[in-house]
Amino acid sequence: MSSTLTIATGTAASQRSAITEATWVRRALIALALAFLAAFLLLPLAAVFTEALRNGLGTYLEALTDPDALAAIRLTLIAAAIAVPANLVFGVAAAWAIAKHEFRGKTFLTTLIDLPFSVSPVVAGLIYVLMFGASGWARPLIDSVDLQIIFAVPGIVLATIFVTFPFVARELIPLMQEQGTDSEQVALSLGASGWQTFWHVTLPNVRWGLLYGVLLCNARAMGEFGAVSVVSGHIRGETNTMPLHVEILYNEYNFAAAFAVASLLALLALVTLAIKSFLEARHGAELARSHGH
Amino acid sequence: MTTITSVTAARTPPRSPIPGFRLTLGYTLFWLGLIVLIPLAGVFFKAATLGPAEIWQIVSSERVIAALELSFGTALLAAGLNAVFGLLIAWVFVRYEFPGKRLFDAAIDLPFALPTAVAGIALTALYAGNGWIGSWLEPLGVKVAYAPLGIVVALTFIGLPFVVRTVEPVLRDAEQELEEAAASLGATRWQTITRVILPSILPSLLTGFTLAFARGVGEYGSVIFIAGNIPFVSEIAPLLIVIRLEEFNYAGATTVAAAMLVLSFAMLLAINALQSWSNRHSSRRPAAAKES
Repeated sequence: MSSTLTIATGTAASQRSAITEATWVRRALIALALAFLAAFLLLPLAAVFTEALRNGLGTYLEALTDPDALAAIRLTLIAAAIAVPANLVFGVAAAWAIAKHEFRGKTFLTTLIDLPFSVSPVVAGLIYVLMFGASGWARPLIDSVDLQIIFAVPGIVLATIFVTFPFVARELIPLMQEQGTDSEQVALSLGASGWQTFWHVTLPNVRWGLLYGVLLCNARAMGEFGAVSVVSGHIRGETNTMPLHVEILYNEYNFAAAFAVASLLALLALVTLAIKSFLEARHGAELARSHGH
Repeated sequence: MTTITSVTAARTPPRSPIPGFRLTLGYTLFWLGLIVLIPLAGVFFKAATLGPAEIWQIVSSERVIAALELSFGTALLAAGLNAVFGLLIAWVFVRYEFPGKRLFDAAIDLPFALPTAVAGIALTALYAGNGWIGSWLEPLGVKVAYAPLGIVVALTFIGLPFVVRTVEPVLRDAEQELEEAAASLGATRWQTITRVILPSILPSLLTGFTLAFARGVGEYGSVIFIAGNIPFVSEIAPLLIVIRLEEFNYAGATTVAAAMLVLSFAMLLAINALQSWSNRHSSRRPAAAKES
């Protein structure tokens, strides 16, 4: 009875109030959500820059131009410059096989590709120590070529590849599945070779998704701590990446310098977020559907 | 004709006209095996060489059990917090308009982009006794930094975007007609939310919870700075692995790692099962509604 009455007398306003909340509830919920975000996300970010500049710009720049800091920056760039292209090639190959073809065990394969995300970074480092460490089971393979992997740069690169393994693939697979194979079949029937089809048809269609995956892959590659920490050996100026250098400075109670190097990594995070939001706003339709707005 | 083709198609998957299948699948399997599967399998091979008595002795040591309990307990608590606040944040960002929305929206992904070590030292600076937040909390008797509570804070930071980004698209795609229907049938707003909206987003909420939990169990970088790392009190399982490695106690490190892998896979499977149950459960309702 009462509902009939509501509908009969229902104006636009009361109709609206039935599927949304009272103004004060709305405001309270918004305030609570933003307060949580501010306390948990924005305050830590602000703290990094405040602590970095606490002793003035001079100390800040000194910390960044320290030879050990520069060596750490160089090593971080090297590790990312190898790990990101390696995962890019893998991601494209995996997406091509999984999204453009039908075969048994596809879902299982996709799960396996995602596996590194559910493995602790420390375990990611441990597996390579068990392989190539002092009494590692794969030691006979590398002893013949006299290659140092653990406590050296190759180990850092390997651990970085492991933790960033799924980024490009998991971005490209759903995107290429959504796009189907029609365009490729047209190109092939017009006489294009497989490689031409990939280069001129598929790649332009997924370029923004690819960039999105590479962006997140790079952020993680440059910021990885746990996995790299286990295999690095912490040799100053030689096997220290930026996050490891932050840890060393912090443990030496050299807080200003630790936060100075950390602020560079925080800037990297901010640039990453800015490009990511730009891609989502401008090219949302050309990203995998889960990000498209 | 069509039946014949469809029958043969069902028996053997149709050969895709797109070339490069063998090459790309071969490369995918090769690289996956080389980087992920073979090294990971090494953990279990190494653990298998130890023998059950030795494994049991390591796993059942009080320090290992305390570390595992702490890692799984704090991760569970943080994932729970994230489920509540992540749902609230997703709701607010999908349903309401307010100034600064795009900026805050971008900020939600900060934990994905900010290196964990940076997050760790920043949170420690905030929650230490002389920090911006710690100096408010410690007079009240709440000790966050260098205590188990600090671990929960760090894991909440790390896990938040997993819940928000999993629930958001589902909430955005939810049909508002259903809510209008519920309202026009006399449901109060609270009934509509708990009986119509929540069941439809429950699977995605569980997925986000699982992702945040899985990430939290293994998290290392953000935790070790704020935790204090006192054995039996605030020493997480990944840290114990690192300590064993530094002692060159590979057997100890491997056993803890294998225990962590097995426990997380088991819990992921359990939650996946729960999720598929809740999927079936929630899809039964509209079907029943259609029949009647």
